Amino acid sequence: MTLSTAPAAAQDLSTDQLLEAYRRMAKIRKFEQRLHLENQTGDIPGFIHLYAGEEATAVGVCMNLKDTDYIGSTHRGHGHCIAKGCDIKGMMYEIFGKQDGLCHGKGGSMHIADLSVGMLGANGIVGGAPPLATGAALTAKYLGNHGVSVAFSGDGGSNQGTVFEAMNMAVVLNLPVVFVFENNGFGEASGADYSVGSKDVAGRAAGFGLPAVKVDGTDFFAVYEAAKDAVALGRSGGGPSVIEAKNYRWFGHFEGDANLYRTKEQIEEIKRDHDPLKIFRSKVEGLIDMAELDKIEQEAEQEVDESVAEARAAAEPTPDQLTVDVYKNY
Amino acid sequence: MAKKKTYIQALTEGLDIALGEDDKALIFGEDVGKNGGVFRTTVGLQDKYGEDRVFDTPLAESGIMGLAVGLAATGWRPIPEIQFGGFNFEPMDQICGQIARNHFRFGGKVKMPITIRTPFGGGTHTAEMHADNIENYFTSTPGLRVVTPSNPYDAKGLIIAAVESDDPVFFMENLKLYRSMKDEIPEEKYTVPLDKAKVVREGTDVTIVSYSWMLNESLRTAEKLAADGISAEVIDLISLSPIDTDTIFASVEKTHRVVIAQEAQKMAGVGATVASEIAENVILSLDAPIGRVAAPDSVYPFAQDELTWMPNGDDIEAKVREIVAF
Repeated sequence: MTLSTAPAAAQDLSTDQLLEAYRRMAKIRKFEQRLHLENQTGDIPGFIHLYAGEEATAVGVCMNLKDTDYIGSTHRGHGHCIAKGCDIKGMMYEIFGKQDGLCHGKGGSMHIADLSVGMLGANGIVGGAPPLATGAALTAKYLGNHGVSVAFSGDGGSNQGTVFEAMNMAVVLNLPVVFVFENNGFGEASGADYSVGSKDVAGRAAGFGLPAVKVDGTDFFAVYEAAKDAVALGRSGGGPSVIEAKNYRWFGHFEGDANLYRTKEQIEEIKRDHDPLKIFRSKVEGLIDMAELDKIEQEAEQEVDESVAEARAAAEPTPDQLTVDVYKNY
Repeated sequence: MAKKKTYIQALTEGLDIALGEDDKALIFGEDVGKNGGVFRTTVGLQDKYGEDRVFDTPLAESGIMGLAVGLAATGWRPIPEIQFGGFNFEPMDQICGQIARNHFRFGGKVKMPITIRTPFGGGTHTAEMHADNIENYFTSTPGLRVVTPSNPYDAKGLIIAAVESDDPVFFMENLKLYRSMKDEIPEEKYTVPLDKAKVVREGTDVTIVSYSWMLNESLRTAEKLAADGISAEVIDLISLSPIDTDTIFASVEKTHRVVIAQEAQKMAGVGATVASEIAENVILSLDAPIGRVAAPDSVYPFAQDELTWMPNGDDIEAKVREIVAF
């Protein structure tokens, strides 16, 4: 089995699909840009890690998934949540640590979960998703519903032992799991060219007996096509596979990171030359009216504005919440 | 009808009942399927319930526990086995960082009804990494129940209760108890509460608080002391987290003396917690200092030295005599 390396042609997707893909990418962009500013007010409790610049990867993958499919995510999870259909207000409440957040304000940015859309949780561990997504893939196999499970991690996460155990386990048990490695070039502040010994994340897959493909993670159509094949492989009982998506993060590893490992010019160049939204626009020219995409961006911005205003005004969890749900029956 | 069964047989019966009652219950781990487990605890279960419900995994403890997390989050009731106690250092993030925390951190929306079975304890010449008393690492992890039965009757009832619980349970099985004693146990289903200590012998002069292998040493010691006119009450903790302090306090208020006996190293463990709870809450009931019996705060030794290193009934006897004579 080989996974497609050629991008999908924009004409192969319906207008509704194209608009939906752009809507999700625009929501992620606006959400993250706003959080970048909100964080500077000091009102967001806990670390946040922003996904801006990587939108095409999460959306390219998740446009192939249903609510009954599963994903596991990383510390940089907002994009995956939005791409999988988590409610933006519920997320914003959660990030502001409010009672009515998706996890009642007890998870925060790094631990957002919403089982109703198959989002099994962001994770404070960079290689946290592959082991649990492999378990969820076993559920999909048991249910016999042709479901799949996607494990998002990055170039940093790709070096963790749990990830190797999960990849081997998925092959041994022939599970419908797609391991997506977002290679944004840096694991925290260390370059992937230093920390990935083989310099080749996808290349490791062969050692586990997994088909793998490398795609341009800033091009929605490239990610979409590779994920389509990988998901189809899983749904048909063909087992696990690997996608390495090369992309760029616009902001630091975490908000507050001084970005000392790259120059301002490099970041400007990334924003200019590797913007997934711009790239999408260039590929749908002639098929979609640009004014419609502008409108989608405005709507996304408005939704984010409202969610911030509501989240800021929302109630904090009460102190008694600190000791409940420790045990289910406590 | 009751039949005499070993601790292992009791566990196998309990697991059989748990799998039979809930088709979402799954057993997996290293050699648990085809081979029936390295200690034969899961023998016959794959034949009875099929390869989907009882299956072998690679030797990959973090991967095994990761499977459990994903399965539990999506509606299953996993019963992973970690083959030896010391192997639990491998999946520490999955157990302490994920399983124990998910229900809390996701606001009660993600259940983790996982029963982690693992053998532990010294004295069978398996050497460290295979014989360690590892409970102290896990009792300091909020969100995880830690239980251990000291006899076949409790083993069966407790494993069924653990699987039925929606909480994650770290279920510790003592290696030395596996085949060293038999109990008459009912064939049918029964459960033993996950969070209650038991007064297993009544007495008036001193309370011995213990669990697992050392509980059995405590009972033998109590028998011996009775011949000298010392009446010892013996409490089996069963649940190491949370600890049933009510049962302990009631006994201490009756006997006014207490000795806490554990096989694990002394520092920062179960005995230390019991001692501090007693000191904090019922210290004015005491007529003597709190006595403790535990292993030295050193690394579990190689096989030829383990009996020298491990505490035993003689240590309990000496400590009880000291506390009673105080």
